[in-house]
Amino acid sequence: MSDTAENYDQGEYNFAYLDEQTKRMIRRAILKGIAIPGYQVPFASREMPMPYGWGTGGVQVTAAILGKDDCLKMIDQGSDDTTNAVSLRGFFEKTAGIRTTYETSEATVIQTRHRIPEKDLTDDQVIVFQVPIPEPLRFLEPRETETRKMHALEDYGLMHVKLYEDIAKNGHIATTYAYPVKVNDRYVMDPSPTPKFDNPKIDEMAALQLYGAGREKRIYAIPPYTKVKSLDFEDYPFEVQKFDKPCALCGARNVYLDEVILDDRGGRMFVCSDSNFCEERRAAGHVGPMAADPAAVQIGGSSQEETAR
Amino acid sequence: MEPSITTENRAIRTAPLAAGFADPVHDAQGCFRAIMDVMARPGTRKTLELGKLTPPAPLTPAAAAIALTLFDYDTPVWLDRPLMQSDAVKAFLRFHTVAPILSEPVEAAFALVSEPGSMIPLTSFNQGSAEYPDESTTVILTGQVFGKAQAVTLEGPGIKEKISFSTGPTPPIFWDQVVSNNRQFPRGIDLVFAGEKEIAALPRSTRITLTEA
Ligand SMILES: [Zn+2]
Repeated sequence: MSDTAENYDQGEYNFAYLDEQTKRMIRRAILKGIAIPGYQVPFASREMPMPYGWGTGGVQVTAAILGKDDCLKMIDQGSDDTTNAVSLRGFFEKTAGIRTTYETSEATVIQTRHRIPEKDLTDDQVIVFQVPIPEPLRFLEPRETETRKMHALEDYGLMHVKLYEDIAKNGHIATTYAYPVKVNDRYVMDPSPTPKFDNPKIDEMAALQLYGAGREKRIYAIPPYTKVKSLDFEDYPFEVQKFDKPCALCGARNVYLDEVILDDRGGRMFVCSDSNFCEERRAAGHVGPMAADPAAVQIGGSSQEETAR
Repeated sequence: MEPSITTENRAIRTAPLAAGFADPVHDAQGCFRAIMDVMARPGTRKTLELGKLTPPAPLTPAAAAIALTLFDYDTPVWLDRPLMQSDAVKAFLRFHTVAPILSEPVEAAFALVSEPGSMIPLTSFNQGSAEYPDESTTVILTGQVFGKAQAVTLEGPGIKEKISFSTGPTPPIFWDQVVSNNRQFPRGIDLVFAGEKEIAALPRSTRITLTEA
């Protein structure tokens, strides 16, 4: 199986790249993950024809579930057009020959890095997250044997201490990405490095959520309609980021915005991080405060991603 | 194929082995998605595309499809007595999945039950450990008929509010066992119910309420 990367170079590979034995192993891990929401199932991650950090965990999960009738949407930081998204979408177009789309509602499978689409997902969809570090306790306890014990005993005191130290230092919980959640009142889980703005979306979501970490060899899942609670304290309840302005291009409020630099004189604007959501709104006639500015539309169009960082 | 004619190896060797999936890649994928869907939405049903699967009885086509989709050399399989007594069934499973067949239910990754009415207690299977609850057995009950037996009410992950579920045959105190199974969450077994073409599942996370008759 270690020669799969070589086979890809030679153009010899199975449907969706992975061999059937590997798919079966990943499929069994997915079923266990679904049965034990939020628990990290170990799996034998394969070498993929792309470096770790490019979403090899998500790619393996997607490859294991994908069928020839699926329609795949691939997003990176909300955009379908980043180098990472384009490359992974191309990988599945080439190895599985499936349909792909930018439209959230058209997709049956959505693979994502760092964002969840603004549009509500449905019962018929599966969202696959690329996860770099699946263990939410890893920064507090480096030993796997210890973190596994903590999960087994439901001993999450250390995590609460960390969040409380945050409050003592900053006056509020400073964590804005990979904000830990408790799934089904049992397992503390890392929702992957999505902004905490997206945490409410994974609570009682209609779509099945699958999480894949390639380097760390873990798969976990949240079934549809599962209670997912962001950790907090009675006197410091969980809050999402708030943006005081609407999207400069489509005028959307209550969506996640990226800052975009317009020029070298300090000109900037805030636009939807979900580029497909923004484009659909603009196509439907919604107008933001800077929609008439040609420079803003040029930069904030369908390729805002690189300037946003 | 008549499975009960003989147990002599010579007869098995000469008997033609029933075929597996016509399209191993896409048939297994379709079957997996159905299993994934019902595991993610406990109590709901999906129809399997069984094609021309004609495994030796008492292995049903639906059970064979699940086996071909999930079993391999990494998954020790336990069979109940009627399946275990059929050399044709064992030959079919060994040839198509390479899964080791064993007699200790506690060591099984999967269990196939062809006579669920008299099946052994769920506690006989591997319940997983506190640290590795995923190492438990997935138990597949075959020959199920949905919607005819006494219904139970399901709640939990994958279920929007509540859902009513009815399947049979099951052993006499089956639902009490399933309630106990859920109480030891995250440890516990997961159940797959296979009818003629339809399947349903109850992961360990599902909370069961017995409905009064
Ligand atoms: Zn917008």
